[in-house]
Amino acid sequence: MNDRVKNRIFKACAVVLALVLWHILSLLVGSEILLVSPFDVAKRLFALLGEEIFLPTVCFTLSRIALGFLSGMLCGTVLALAAGRFKIIETLLWPYMLTVKSVPVASFVVLALIWLTSNQLSVFISFLMVLPIVYTNLLDGIKAVDKKMLEMAEVFKMPFLRRLRYIWLPSVKPFLLSGCRIALGLAWKSGVAAELIGYPEGSVGEVLYYSKLFLNTADLFAWTVVIVLLSVAFEKLVLFLLERLMKGVESL
Amino acid sequence: MIILDRICKAFGDKTVLNSFSAELRQGSRYCIMGASGGGKTTLLNIILGLQRADSGTVSGVPQNIAAVFQEDRLCEPYSAVANVLAVTGKTVAEQDIIALLGALGLQGSEHTPVKNLSGGMRRRVALARALLAKSELLILDEAFKGLDDSTRERVIAVLLEYSKGKTVILATHDLRDAEALSAEVLYI
Repeated sequence: MNDRVKNRIFKACAVVLALVLWHILSLLVGSEILLVSPFDVAKRLFALLGEEIFLPTVCFTLSRIALGFLSGMLCGTVLALAAGRFKIIETLLWPYMLTVKSVPVASFVVLALIWLTSNQLSVFISFLMVLPIVYTNLLDGIKAVDKKMLEMAEVFKMPFLRRLRYIWLPSVKPFLLSGCRIALGLAWKSGVAAELIGYPEGSVGEVLYYSKLFLNTADLFAWTVVIVLLSVAFEKLVLFLLERLMKGVESL
Repeated sequence: MIILDRICKAFGDKTVLNSFSAELRQGSRYCIMGASGGGKTTLLNIILGLQRADSGTVSGVPQNIAAVFQEDRLCEPYSAVANVLAVTGKTVAEQDIIALLGALGLQGSEHTPVKNLSGGMRRRVALARALLAKSELLILDEAFKGLDDSTRERVIAVLLEYSKGKTVILATHDLRDAEALSAEVLYI
């Protein structure tokens, strides 16, 4: 048995142990409102899958968070490229990036509710959380490019695409992938939190809000499991596509 | 002809080039010799346009230059063949690259990522890249560093064959290199 398989078995055992502990704790608490058992959550989750509102609700939130993430990534990439090229742009952007990174997400949500409709809220908040992370990571990657390699490319008059493939990409790739991993998790957390505050109609945030309002803990946990699964699937898809894109550039 | 006219360069209080002048004929070979820290690399960098002289002028430098730098400056995750292709593009056939790498004693390592090669092997990859790049001027900064005597002889023989018609400037400590290349020696 190789290490990878062993590691997976250990991780599966840890999950089973956590579920057992959760179940024991729910029995000890003895109140479904305070702590629902994992079996009840699983039952509710399967029931949810058959409900009419499930797919439209998931699509509503997924599409908005995906749009927020992608626009944040695109904008962060363009700004990082510009800032990497012109120092003045980095200096001019610095206060905005610092503000976005430091101000609590709740403040932005309240502000965004004044500016925008609640339907657009999670797009804007995800965008805002993703932008500085992608920007900072990519800019760090651009700055980490070996200047001596750039001199070499200059001496040999390497064309742009080959510079991109052989010099820029190997340096920037780990920074970009790590930035995307962090940004993906944050896009979901902040996007759903924004929906919970603004509760736009037909969103996951709205169902979480009503679960809290009616003390429906099983619903709350079941929807949380849905969010986690969506977030993981979205992360895997985005990272897979990004790797493919980079491989495409590498084979140019 | 490349004309170096009264080149001066100092780093802080330390003068490394003090009014250095030379005329380098197209197609000839030159060895720049001098003590460590004596300004050989600085002079090569000035010719390459990577550093500016404090005073003096450089003229007649051709458009196409190839170089072996003091450090290897290879694209680490890529193979020896890919490192050559990075500068030549498809103007050089892969079999020609493999043939040159073989002549330099790198048979079997052509497709190994250069980060997994030894110092001497990396040096030869850097040399292969410079030899196959389109150039009229070949600048070699201690190109035979880290090579044992027999490999050095072999590499010099390949260099002589591939650098015909090009101006070659080699910075070295070793007078044997100048003799082997039949190069004119310029002392700094």
